[in-house]
Amino acid sequence: MKALFALAFKSAWARRFLLTITLVAIALATSLLLAIERVRLDARTSFTQAVSGVDLVVGARGGALELMLNAVFHAGGSSHTIRWDSFEAWRRHPAVAWAVPVSLGDAYRGFPVVGTTPDYFRHLHHGDKKPLTFAAGRSFAGDLDSVFEAVVGHTVASQLGLRTGERITLSHGMTELSPLHADKPFTIVGILAPTGTPMDRAVFVSLEAISAIHLDWVAGAPTPGLSIPAELVRKFDLAPKTITAFYLGLHQRADVFRLQRAIHSYVQEPLLAVLPGVALDELWSLLTQVETTLLTLSALVVVVGLAGLSATMLASLESRRRELAILRSLGAGAPEILLLLATEGMIVTAAGILAGLVLLALALIPLAPLAHGYGIHLSWRPPAASEWMILGAIFLSGILSSLVPGLRALRMTLVDGLTPRS
Amino acid sequence: MIELAEVVFRWPGQRKPCLAIERFHLAPAERVFLHGPSGSGKSTLLNLIGGVMRPAQGRIVVLGQDLAALRARRRDRFRADHIGFIFQQFNLLPWLSVLDNVLLACRFSSRRRERAGNARAAAERLLASLDMAPSLWRRPAAELSVGQQQRVAAARALIGRPEILIADEPTSALDAERQLAFIDLLLSEARATEAALLFVSHDLRLARHFDRIVEMQAINRMAGEADR
Repeated sequence: MKALFALAFKSAWARRFLLTITLVAIALATSLLLAIERVRLDARTSFTQAVSGVDLVVGARGGALELMLNAVFHAGGSSHTIRWDSFEAWRRHPAVAWAVPVSLGDAYRGFPVVGTTPDYFRHLHHGDKKPLTFAAGRSFAGDLDSVFEAVVGHTVASQLGLRTGERITLSHGMTELSPLHADKPFTIVGILAPTGTPMDRAVFVSLEAISAIHLDWVAGAPTPGLSIPAELVRKFDLAPKTITAFYLGLHQRADVFRLQRAIHSYVQEPLLAVLPGVALDELWSLLTQVETTLLTLSALVVVVGLAGLSATMLASLESRRRELAILRSLGAGAPEILLLLATEGMIVTAAGILAGLVLLALALIPLAPLAHGYGIHLSWRPPAASEWMILGAIFLSGILSSLVPGLRALRMTLVDGLTPRS
Repeated sequence: MIELAEVVFRWPGQRKPCLAIERFHLAPAERVFLHGPSGSGKSTLLNLIGGVMRPAQGRIVVLGQDLAALRARRRDRFRADHIGFIFQQFNLLPWLSVLDNVLLACRFSSRRRERAGNARAAAERLLASLDMAPSLWRRPAAELSVGQQQRVAAARALIGRPEILIADEPTSALDAERQLAFIDLLLSEARATEAALLFVSHDLRLARHFDRIVEMQAINRMAGEADR
């Protein structure tokens, strides 16, 4: 058995150039399939971790998914706003343990700016209910004396090389070309520790700061001829009038549906309350078809790779007639011939899978920061259960596809006997 | 040692047999020269004796064992244990070293491995007595000349002292001088291991070195029909 493995290996090694091409095909197919599966798995984990501890997300009436994407993942256009009064009303509800408002719409060099209160850092969690912590500095103060303070997420800080004490200028709107709030720079007072959620890519300021930078703005643009210097903003009423959404944490999770119904029947303003888990499930079911299509396509790529293995091995059989006849004369029978070919298929497939894993690890280096931009935390880790199943399936299929040349070899040796006509 | 009686062989799907041998035998340690042109059924006969192909009728007894009574697995094992083959050309796996090619016979037969004692030492001894310089032993077989390759093939056929040696046109790729040298080596090694030797050739000039000449046309009633 060991001897046969050595023979299969040495024989394959003698034909390594042809087999390497097949191996590369299998490696590419494997890494493609694994990459898709990994993005799928890690997207789910990342999205689920981003809403850890939030029982309800409340915003303007509209699509639940839209609200989630906007308010939690800072993706998509800014949705409608809701009145500050509504927030004030619901934060005082007896079932509510904590409430955190968010106001979106501004950006800093492409990173979303979240207007909120210092409570944000107290109540929001990430991952498995881990509290937010500061890698450096502290929360913005949230009072009128220090309006222009900002906290940046870990990615923002690391990508732009920001440190506490530096000053940054926000822009209005999410694109790089948006008009700047150049007259009112912010000082970075804190940098969040990495969370693996969209928070890593956000800049946090107080709601009052959001009001302040828009004092002299009307309808999304600076008012011509009107400019209010930063020193004077304190003289204005900076209390927020509208926000994008607010997060609610409840004393008792069991109250969540009752509270959701109550919020939906709030007469003063049409509101929408979303259970993050339910909304995410909705998102997944929307994405399932896309995922299945992608996985099916990449599975087909694997099939193509393995068909290549079959074809390469079949093509080499003609030149191996001698080799097989020699082994026959030395006592090799049908099982040995079949095993020899299957072992070759196994070696090439296994090497292809290993190379595919290496490729995946290499691909993750540029891919991870890219995915991070979408709030997906990709990282190199050992394969998960579903990924092991994929690898196992590829391995078995590799052995199975080598049975085609294996059976052909058997037929050949039966006809050839000890003296092939080559 | 080898006994064939009333053996008929035909290819699957063909009605007419290509081989019909009433009687053929090989005695222990006997050296027989089997002569016949191509198409006389030599290769088929060797396949039958080796248990690689099965006759439609008749008995083939090798070393007292009726091959028809053995299943395919056992016939393969039997061949590995008791018969050493040398073919016309390309006897070796080109990507294996000379030494590994010789040892290959022991990989498929535990009996020959045991009879060889220390297999590696036995292989080296055989290679040395077949005039193979030690500097060549670890070279890939592909680098050898045809004559060297045939000597390595002989060493592989001899290792573990199988009772029967079958050489199928082993010298036809060699020039006249080397033919004689090779036959001398083969005969003396066969004598040393007391193996019976069935030497197949179309070249009658070589026949004088052997105990007995068998004409393929004389024993095969279907000679000339088709070799395979």
